[in-house]
Amino acid sequence: MSAMSEIPLPQTVKRAVPWWLLRHETMLAAILIVALIGLGALNNRFLTIDNLLNQGRLTTEVGLIALPMTFIIITGGIDLSVGSIVGLCAIMLGYSWKSFGFPLPLAICFSLLVGAAAGFLNGIVITRVKVPPLIMTIATLALYRGLAEGISQARSVRGYPEWFYFIGQENLFGVPAQLWLLLIAIVVSAIVLDRTTFGRTLYAMGNNETAARFSGLPVDRAKLIIYTLSGLMAGLSACVLVSRVTTTRSDMGIGYELDVIAAVVLGGTSIFGGVGTIWGTVVGLAMIQLLKNGLALTGVKGDATIVVIGAVLILSTLVASSLQRRREGV
Amino acid sequence: MTAVTLTGAEADPRRRLKVLASQEALLAIAVIGLAIAVGLDNPRFLATRNLSDVLLGNAYIAVAAVGMSMVIVSGNIDISVGALIGVLATISGTLAVNGAPIVVAWLAALVAGILVMALQGAIIAYLRIPAIVVTLGMLSILKGGLISVTGGKWITDLPDNFHLADVELFGVLPVPVLLMILVTILAALWMRYSASGRAIYAVGGNAEAARLCGISQPRTVVMVFALHGLFAGAAALLYATQLRVIQSTVPPNLELTIITASVVGGVSILGGVGTVVGSTLAAVLIAEIASALVFIDVSPYWIRAVQGALILITVIADILRRRRMAGA
Repeated sequence: MSAMSEIPLPQTVKRAVPWWLLRHETMLAAILIVALIGLGALNNRFLTIDNLLNQGRLTTEVGLIALPMTFIIITGGIDLSVGSIVGLCAIMLGYSWKSFGFPLPLAICFSLLVGAAAGFLNGIVITRVKVPPLIMTIATLALYRGLAEGISQARSVRGYPEWFYFIGQENLFGVPAQLWLLLIAIVVSAIVLDRTTFGRTLYAMGNNETAARFSGLPVDRAKLIIYTLSGLMAGLSACVLVSRVTTTRSDMGIGYELDVIAAVVLGGTSIFGGVGTIWGTVVGLAMIQLLKNGLALTGVKGDATIVVIGAVLILSTLVASSLQRRREGV
Repeated sequence: MTAVTLTGAEADPRRRLKVLASQEALLAIAVIGLAIAVGLDNPRFLATRNLSDVLLGNAYIAVAAVGMSMVIVSGNIDISVGALIGVLATISGTLAVNGAPIVVAWLAALVAGILVMALQGAIIAYLRIPAIVVTLGMLSILKGGLISVTGGKWITDLPDNFHLADVELFGVLPVPVLLMILVTILAALWMRYSASGRAIYAVGGNAEAARLCGISQPRTVVMVFALHGLFAGAAALLYATQLRVIQSTVPPNLELTIITASVVGGVSILGGVGTVVGSTLAAVLIAEIASALVFIDVSPYWIRAVQGALILITVIADILRRRRMAGA
């Protein structure tokens, strides 16, 4: 749990309701449950094991990127280039295997390395030159997407060996294979954020970076790590995506950054930094994916689903903001 | 930095250097320098028709970037403007096709733009929700709503007099270019010489200090977003009228192109710094680069990479330059 929530409420503010019920994540989870029941009532195919597991498969690609994005947003930063890194890594995977003759396992490692390097470039410029994260990653959003387009010249790559499709298309113990990957990443991220000094450092940076720096915390190194991690996870997401759809194109990952940020913010992470949890992000991811799926099964066109998600995003932030203000007694 | 106006008598070497070091001057030099360099390699680049087309085809981005610059100077951001331009273009086109007077069709886009942006500004300012969240949500609403309502159909058979882009004053100056120049000048003067314009810098630079000076931060933010909506409406009209059809989809990545023009133009993402002149010059530079690449036989697939690198280089150079000047 976040550091702030561990602080007991002032004695003068006694409440009949336990503090944990007022947490954003809890309320969001309650809304999610209500939405699930509602959507389940509308369509009997929605609340089936097969459907829910399949949604887990579809959520993984955005989910893998949303975890390090939570770290970044908690520090008050942002990374808009993740979608483009997915595209670039997918292209590098395909081209290193097909054009450069890399064995596929080596090509996979190479694309992960490209993702990490892309994230590292973001981090190094943000920390050394002090370019604001929003601007830096807008620049690299164009740069990395541009590199993907330039290298591929809009040609696609296909014909990967059968074993490569396992992670994207098969099940392991009855659960989609990539969902296991996401679950592992969730647990590791939550532990790092909640139980390590590194995680505390991120919260400190988000609350007051100058104070954190003067307290001796390794602010620049932490930034470098989280942006590099963001690139690496985008590369991993690219591999999962290619495995699922069996082909590589330069336009892969377009728009991912908005889905990722929506999930993180919906989950209660403050865009200003200092507040947020991995569990909030997980609930946010589930909310968005299940809304999309439930509405689709009900017959609502995909475009209208986007409208609903946009409205939910604003309303949930409004509710969270109101609660936050009430709790602070403003 | 704000560009400084000098008279000959007042000029001294230090101030002259400062003027040359401003972002606007650097951009102007870059625009001219690039034109000369590419022109030497391929004289056809400098043909009047090509230069006119570069300006004409991208005037709407420059107009939208003027509003975006104001928003960013106020310490906020808007990523829904691309979707809004798509929606407003569709509204205007639909009215025109259904027989509404052309002036009404045009005004509808402007008014709708103001209302939508003022609403967002009010949510941001009065309900204190971060701008990036509100505009991210609005982006989804506008984009999804546009496709849902139109069903993906294009708008065709627009009346001839609907096409603003076809009008040329004095036979040589297309209306979009004139509008771009006019909007930039008016906005620049207003930002610099009016109390409400200066309030934007105050709010963006230090909101608490601005409040203590008696400036109403919420009202200023709503005003900025409303103006941004007005410029988005104007941009939508230019966008809608330069082709014979209106596609009922959101122009891809338009909001990022507009934000790029603002930032490359010298507006600080942290608020409080920048001018609209810079964003217009930056928009012209970006358009010029795309055209130049074609004339020097570079594959069009590399254009976005070049633009990304340009943003990177410009932003890094700008920050390093500010740091050096601050240290001087």
